Amino acid sequence: MPQPASQLSRRRLAGMVRKESLQILRDPSSIAIAFVLPVVMLFLFGYGVSLDAKDVRIGFVIESPDSETSDIRAAFGQSDYFEPVVFHTIQAAEQAMREHDIDGIVWMQSDFSHRLHAGLGAPLGVIVNGVDANQGRITEGYILGAWQTWLTHYTERRGLPKAFPITLEQRVWFNPAVNSRDFLVPGLVAVIMTLIGALLTAMVVAREWERGTMEALLVTPIHIRELLMGKLVPYFVLGMGGMLLTVAMAVWQFDVPLRGSFLVLLVASALFMLVALAMGLLISIVAKNQFVAGQVAIIVTFLPAFILSGFIFDINSMPWAIQLLTHLIPARYFVSILQTVFLAGNVWPVILPNAAALLLMAFVFLMLVRRKASKRLE
Amino acid sequence: MTDSASPAITLKDLGKTFAGAQPVRALDRLNLQVKRGVVTGLIGPDGAGKTTLMRLAAGLLLPDEGEIRVLGQDMRDASLAVQSHIGYMPQRFGLYEDLTVQENLDLYAELQGVPEEEHAARHRELMHMTGLAPFTARLAGRLSGGMKQKLGLACTLLSSPELLLLDEPTVGVDPVSRRELWAIVYRLVKEQHMSVLLSTAYLDEAERCDDVILLHEGKLLGQQAPQAFSTPMQGRVWEVSAALGKRRLQQQLDLNPAVLDALTEGRKVRVVTCDAGTTPETLVAGLPEARIEAVTPRFEDAFIALLQHDIHKPPAVDTTPTTAIDRDEAVIQVQELSRRFGDFIAVNKVSFEVRRGEIFGLLGANGAGKSTTFRMLCGLLPVSSGHVSVAGVDLRKAAAKARARIGYMAQRFSLYGNLSVQENLNFFASAYGLSGNTKRERIALALEDFELTSYRETAAITLPLGFKQRLALAAALMHRPDILFLDEPTSGVDPLARREFWWHINALAESGVTVLVTTHFMDEANYCDRLVIMADGEVLAEDSPENLREHFRTAGETEASMEDAFIALIERHKQEAAA
Amino acid sequence: MLQHILALIIKEFLALLKDKRSRFVLIGPPIVQLVVFGYAATFDLNRVPFAVYDEDNTALSHLLVERFSGSDTFELVGKISRDADIQPMIDNKQALMVLHISPRFSDDLAAGESASLQVIVDGRNSNTALLALNYVRTVLLDFSADWAKQQQRPPPPAKLVMRAWYNSNLVSQWFIVPGIVGLLTLVVSLLVTALSVAREREEGTFDQLLVTPLRPVEILIGKSVPGLIIGLVESTFIILVAIFWFDVPLRGHIGALYLGLFLFLLANIGIGLMISSLSVTQQQGLLGAFLFLVPAVILSGFATPIANMPEAVQQLTLLNPMRYFLIIVRGVFLEGADIKLLVPQYWPMAVIALFSLSSAAWLFRRRMY
Repeated sequence: MPQPASQLSRRRLAGMVRKESLQILRDPSSIAIAFVLPVVMLFLFGYGVSLDAKDVRIGFVIESPDSETSDIRAAFGQSDYFEPVVFHTIQAAEQAMREHDIDGIVWMQSDFSHRLHAGLGAPLGVIVNGVDANQGRITEGYILGAWQTWLTHYTERRGLPKAFPITLEQRVWFNPAVNSRDFLVPGLVAVIMTLIGALLTAMVVAREWERGTMEALLVTPIHIRELLMGKLVPYFVLGMGGMLLTVAMAVWQFDVPLRGSFLVLLVASALFMLVALAMGLLISIVAKNQFVAGQVAIIVTFLPAFILSGFIFDINSMPWAIQLLTHLIPARYFVSILQTVFLAGNVWPVILPNAAALLLMAFVFLMLVRRKASKRLE
Repeated sequence: MTDSASPAITLKDLGKTFAGAQPVRALDRLNLQVKRGVVTGLIGPDGAGKTTLMRLAAGLLLPDEGEIRVLGQDMRDASLAVQSHIGYMPQRFGLYEDLTVQENLDLYAELQGVPEEEHAARHRELMHMTGLAPFTARLAGRLSGGMKQKLGLACTLLSSPELLLLDEPTVGVDPVSRRELWAIVYRLVKEQHMSVLLSTAYLDEAERCDDVILLHEGKLLGQQAPQAFSTPMQGRVWEVSAALGKRRLQQQLDLNPAVLDALTEGRKVRVVTCDAGTTPETLVAGLPEARIEAVTPRFEDAFIALLQHDIHKPPAVDTTPTTAIDRDEAVIQVQELSRRFGDFIAVNKVSFEVRRGEIFGLLGANGAGKSTTFRMLCGLLPVSSGHVSVAGVDLRKAAAKARARIGYMAQRFSLYGNLSVQENLNFFASAYGLSGNTKRERIALALEDFELTSYRETAAITLPLGFKQRLALAAALMHRPDILFLDEPTSGVDPLARREFWWHINALAESGVTVLVTTHFMDEANYCDRLVIMADGEVLAEDSPENLREHFRTAGETEASMEDAFIALIERHKQEAAA
Repeated sequence: MLQHILALIIKEFLALLKDKRSRFVLIGPPIVQLVVFGYAATFDLNRVPFAVYDEDNTALSHLLVERFSGSDTFELVGKISRDADIQPMIDNKQALMVLHISPRFSDDLAAGESASLQVIVDGRNSNTALLALNYVRTVLLDFSADWAKQQQRPPPPAKLVMRAWYNSNLVSQWFIVPGIVGLLTLVVSLLVTALSVAREREEGTFDQLLVTPLRPVEILIGKSVPGLIIGLVESTFIILVAIFWFDVPLRGHIGALYLGLFLFLLANIGIGLMISSLSVTQQQGLLGAFLFLVPAVILSGFATPIANMPEAVQQLTLLNPMRYFLIIVRGVFLEGADIKLLVPQYWPMAVIALFSLSSAAWLFRRRMY
């Protein structure tokens, strides 16, 4: 006789897990979503998204060249940040700027050297293209730095009083080279895995509804918890596989240092994967249709993870209402953990609260899944 | 655990309504019992509530009111316990197409808790019973419709359920497989004393059941043995033949007010009278060389009689062709037509000709290749090899203007679902190049002819299926085409709507329109002048239905049924393939 | 011909606007994206939390700290009195930055020695770190200039006069909001078209269309015009919001913008219809649209500049119509660009539109299973 249905059966669960695993192995699209999509996206974002302004094209307008002006030009030329282009009139440089040939202008008028020698505060005119405000600001910072270096040398050489009485000794912790890739890639892992996790499961329950197999499944003595676990376990393994792949790429392909322990990373990833899969499962159960499930998965997971997780835009700078909203985005917590574990190390005061938030979210989403899933059709 | 003295299923005042913008009353206070140890047929047209009742019995839905007890247990609180004792096969069989036959069976064995030691023996037994043993390593998706159906059945039988629920198990399956399924079901009932509830939209299957529950629009019309339904019809069913074309004869009889239903059957027309008092003489009055004889009533006759208040015959239309029609002219020519999808040969060297004013049928089960052939004819699919011409041109290459001569009605009555009836007609009229007064007149006429006026502002998707079918036909006829392509035009539509539909098609054919139609309903073959029967992408026979029925008749009968003819053809084909 | 097309256009519009889901696609994303991108997508620094380790503890050092805490950019969150406290402050993300003023700061300054100020920044977000450092530098420069003036010391022999063209206060919103015009136009026009053929295929009505005497060109036009009109209406809405709500200046000629918009829409519609013709189900259409959208947005210069990408990726962006449109929309809004200046942006979009539209028309009939 069949066993009583009221208690969980290891055999039924094993049967479900095996079935899902076989389906994953036979369906190239699951494998593609779990392994190909993250690799492609990581490449795309890893190389496509960069905030480091390198080789900024700066037009030098030198109205009357002499040793001082060539000194300044040389000071800028030494830096990696600039690619100097020389103009003789400001009009030519401005035209070039309008046509986007250069991104900034450094202008030394004809009386520059004269006023410099006379100590009259010779003006070094700087114009940057402010359309991209962030790049504009970064360019301004670079120019300011180059100018300070030059002026310090100049006053030292001439034995003049210090132009800058305060010397700034700057230390950028965790990322001394201020390389934006080291900061973006760990966050990308979170953004990509949000999408992957949700997409993987968003389709699976919906698919069973669409193909009519759900009805047959529900009429067997299977318990709803077995059904849900049977779906979660294989996709969890698959998702973690994708996750490990992206982490490996971050470390070996993009050379991001992993300063914290791998174990912490693994546990946090597992927690996050659980949240993402549960979200996908919830979408899938509510939508009952692969098309809608896919659409919703993209809208509710990908966009918020991209904009509101702090992966690229600093949450501190957002208006408070939007800051509040970010607390609902699971990726926010994971981005925080990833950036810390990769770049700073095992900083428990950062990791623990964020992990706790993820745990809470996993719990809430799984409860919702359990509540929404029923063995009835309505 | 279950009470073996109680009926298999008991319904008390059972009601079920589906909420929505327009709530649907799926089941309306039903009271009935399904007996143990017999095959009970759940019969009714589309939308009768069959699937809802099945799902309630399987514990997938909860009743809004009343009570449903399965194997003596109330489904409200004991559904999980009951589910260990029932087998349920949903529509489309509930198989994982990306798992093999073996893997599907293993999964369901595990889910149903079949003890491991019994598993192997049970498995062998089922494979033997279904004849699937040679295919255990094949993916379920690669099986034919009939094999899928048998595998679906095997999956539900793994735990030897006490009650078997089969939801439309025979839809779209070829007649051979249908017969095999019935044989298995009866074996189960006999050997294991299983109780079976089986739903079907095919009225002819009712006669194979021990007991029949007839549903219509959520209400019980009757429950008794199928013979008990048809016996009262004695004396109301006749077969008429006369020296007229079969369509003319059918039309003439249909116009007779004493006739409830007239159906073409081979060379004859089967007539059901409105009441038992009608004499045969009044039926054949005015028909040349008429012969009439009483025949045994069928379940379908009883069904029509029970629903006679819902029948309204379409208005009589003059179908005399305006100009003389050359009925020998070949309008559609198909030579050695083949279509391959990768390694798979969907259509293999098919040849036939359709003449003007003919109703020409493409018959076969799902997957026989008829839709592929059809799509190539319409120019929707490139041919792999062979030659097709419609009205002298290949529609795939011909100028857009050539397409103005054909009308096309796609499977599932494809219309713009969220557009209203009027908007759909407006669009198709313009698409076919009608404008101004002509357009207005044609649309008004279509609304009237197909009785769609009251649905003018209704979105097409919310129309009842029968009205969708009418709208699709109206749209396809907007430009008065002289060739009409119909792809499964009656699929899922109830017998009454099917009759009306064929009435329109007959009238069109009489007026000289050439009609090419695909169908998997064997009985609809009777409407065709000629037809081809297809299986596995090949044409098994090309002939008139009358000839086919005569050719395959068994000793003692005057004519074989279309289904018998089909089965005989398939068997001959298999033998030839083996040899 | 005209009547055919008109009937198709009316049908497309009705089908689109009567469907709850597609109405949502047309209204939901624009509003959400406008709010989210308009406000959340900012690189401006506000309220950067910083801590002070003031070993000098003099009036002068207090004055310096006030310069920081008094600005909107920085927010003082703590004072530290031990070296060992610096690390947890940064590690735990309590402060993004620690100002360490050495004990001899004011003495050194008074003596004309080089007074040293140490700044420790959390580099986990490198962009924020970089911008914070720039702010620190500017604050220091102002501070020392004021101090020098007060001490009546001679000013340095040269001074830097910095000016930003087009966006003098370097507001992120001025950069992002015109970008949203492009982003949204892309998303809406692509979704409207990428699902349109696929939906008809799924429902079987596309077969119905192909069997009517309509020609592929007519179907193409019938399918494109609604996308074009909806795209124009929606982008006009965003443009108005950008001007009147976000106060982004519109300096150039509106005609130059709309010419770009028109070509951009055509290119998107062509790509959308191509995706749609290639897919059998709406799901494939959606996936296809998504797979095009994501790289198209990332590689357009919407958030991060194309110039920062590796050379090979920069070459790839040449195929992306959004890349050209972003230059146009920002050019017209902020730079006051005219048609002549933008010709190099117009013609590549026209080429993409021509190619994708004709491929789509070709695919209507070819792509069958």
